[in-house]
Amino acid sequence: MSASDAETKAPTPTLPRKGGGSGAATDGDDWISPVLKDNRAGTAEEPSPLAGEGRVGDLRSRGATATGYNFAYLDEQTKRMIRRAILKAIAIPGYQVPFASREMPMPYGWGTGGVQVTAAVIGPDDVLKVIDQGSDDTTNAVSIRKFFAKTAGVATTTKTAEASIIQTRHRIPETPLTEGQVLVFQVPIPEPLRYLEPRETETRRLHALADYGLMHVKLYEDIARHGHIATTYDYPVEVAGRYVMNPSPTPKFDNPKMHRSPALQLFGAGREKRIYAVPPHTDVVSLDFEDHPFEVQRFDKPCALCGANNVYLDEVVLDDRGGRMFVCSDSDFCTSRREAGHRGEMAADPAGAGRP
Amino acid sequence: MLAADSTGFADPVLDAQSTFRTLMDAFARPGSVQRLAPRLVPPAGLAIGLAAVALALCDHETAVWLDPPLAADREVAAYLAFHTGAGLTTDPREAAFALVSDLAALPPFGSFSVGDDAYPDRSTTIVAAVSGLAEAGALRLAGPGIDGERQLGVAPWPAHLTGELAENRALFPRGVDLVLVAPQAVAALPRTTRIVEAR
Repeated sequence: MSASDAETKAPTPTLPRKGGGSGAATDGDDWISPVLKDNRAGTAEEPSPLAGEGRVGDLRSRGATATGYNFAYLDEQTKRMIRRAILKAIAIPGYQVPFASREMPMPYGWGTGGVQVTAAVIGPDDVLKVIDQGSDDTTNAVSIRKFFAKTAGVATTTKTAEASIIQTRHRIPETPLTEGQVLVFQVPIPEPLRYLEPRETETRRLHALADYGLMHVKLYEDIARHGHIATTYDYPVEVAGRYVMNPSPTPKFDNPKMHRSPALQLFGAGREKRIYAVPPHTDVVSLDFEDHPFEVQRFDKPCALCGANNVYLDEVVLDDRGGRMFVCSDSDFCTSRREAGHRGEMAADPAGAGRP
Repeated sequence: MLAADSTGFADPVLDAQSTFRTLMDAFARPGSVQRLAPRLVPPAGLAIGLAAVALALCDHETAVWLDPPLAADREVAAYLAFHTGAGLTTDPREAAFALVSDLAALPPFGSFSVGDDAYPDRSTTIVAAVSGLAEAGALRLAGPGIDGERQLGVAPWPAHLTGELAENRALFPRGVDLVLVAPQAVAALPRTTRIVEAR
C-alpha cells in the first residue's frame, strides 16, 4: 500500500510509509485493485483524481501527465533562472538573491516561493515530504504534495527520514535531518530589516555594509519594554558570520536546528521574489546579547499524546470550559513515537497507533 | 558550423535537472567530487562537462565568455548558440558564465565580474575543465558546506590559483565562483571556501 492510496481514501495523519510495510513491490501496480486501475487513468480532459498522488499510473515518464504540463510544472527557462539563483544563494549564504518569481497556480502566501524552488530542484527519483506548521495533513501540505505528485510524478512521503526533499511552512522537523536532504522553506517576508526600514534601497545598503545595528536596537527595545527578547518566531539569525537572515516564521525553538545542519536549507519567497540559502555545516547564530542570551521556548509538560519532551507543542482547545491539551506540532514525529509504543497522558487508544 | 555528430542532452528536461542537482550538491559541499556523466555529445573542442553545465544553466539571459582556445573553435560557438541561445561576450566582466578549457591560462579572477556589495550575485561563475579531480590531494578546504576540513586534488592545479582564491575569499560577499569539471566528475569552489593549506 502506498501513501497515495491512503491519502486518497482517508486523510489521516497515520499515512503508511511509501513503499509499504509488508514488503510488497510497490513500484508496480500490484497493490492497486482492479477498480482503481480502471479509474486511475482518467481522460485527457478530466484527469482522474487518483492521478495526483504518488506513483499512480505512468506519471513518472515525462510528458505522460494527463494535463500536459512540463515536468514539475515550470517551463525550462524559468527553472534555469531559478537554478542559477539557487547556486548564487548557496555561494553567498544568507544573501537574498533576486529572482523573477512566476505566478503559480496558488495564491501568494500559500508557498509560491517554496514551490518554485522545489520545482527547480526536484527530479523523478526524489521523495517529497511537505509540512505545514509541522503537520503533513493540512490543506497546504496535502495540496503541494499532490501538485508535485501530479506534475512531476514523484513519490511522496510523510516520513522525515525517507524524504529527499522536505518543503516546509514554518517548522523544521523534530527528527534530525541528514546529509543529502534538502529543506525548502516557504518565506513570506525574506527581509529581516523590512519592518525596521521599509525602503528596499536602504535595506540593501545596510546588508552591503553589514550594518545590523537596527536589528540589535529592536531586540534591545524588546528587553527594555518586556524585560526579555519578546520575538518568538522569525527570530533573526546571522549566517556564516556575515548576513543577517530571516529564518521564515519558524518558532525560535527551531533556530538551533539550523546551526551546522547536515542538510541543505533553501528559502523561497514568491511574492517578494527572493531566494536564499544556508549550506550544510554552516554557522547559524541567533542574535542576542551577552546578558540576555538567546533562549528557546520551554514547555511545562510533555506531549499529551506521545509523551515527548523537548519538542515544539501546539495547543489544542478541547471544550468551552478551558479544557486544552498540548501535542507535538510535528505530526510525523508524534505518530512515529506512538507507533513505537510511547504514550502521553491523554493518548486514548491502548494500541497507541493512531490519533483520535 | 554545428558539428554534425554533436548532440544536446538526450532528455533536455531530466538531464538538465540531474546536471543542476549535481552542481547544487557540489556547491553545497565545496570540494566534494560529484559524479557527472551527462548524456550528450559535445563538439570535439568542448569538454563534455563544460557542455553539460552550459546546457543546464545558460540561455539568452546569460552572457558567456569563452577562453581563447574555445573562442577560436567555431564549432563550440555554433554548438552553444544552437543548444542554449546564449550570447557570447569577449569582455569577461560582462560574463555570467566563463567557460575555460585551459585553467593554467585563466586570466586573473579580477578581470571577471565579482559583483558589488549591494548585488554580490552579479558575478561570473567560472567553469573550467581539468583532467582529474580527487577527494584527496594538495588542497585542504574549509568553510560553509564543509564539516571541518576537506581535501581536494585537482590535476593540473596551477599554483598561482591558490593565492588568487585566497584573494577572492577576502572579497566576500563579492567574488567569483569556480566550478571544476573533469571527465565524469565535477567539484565546486564557491567564494566562501577557504584554502587552509596547499602543499
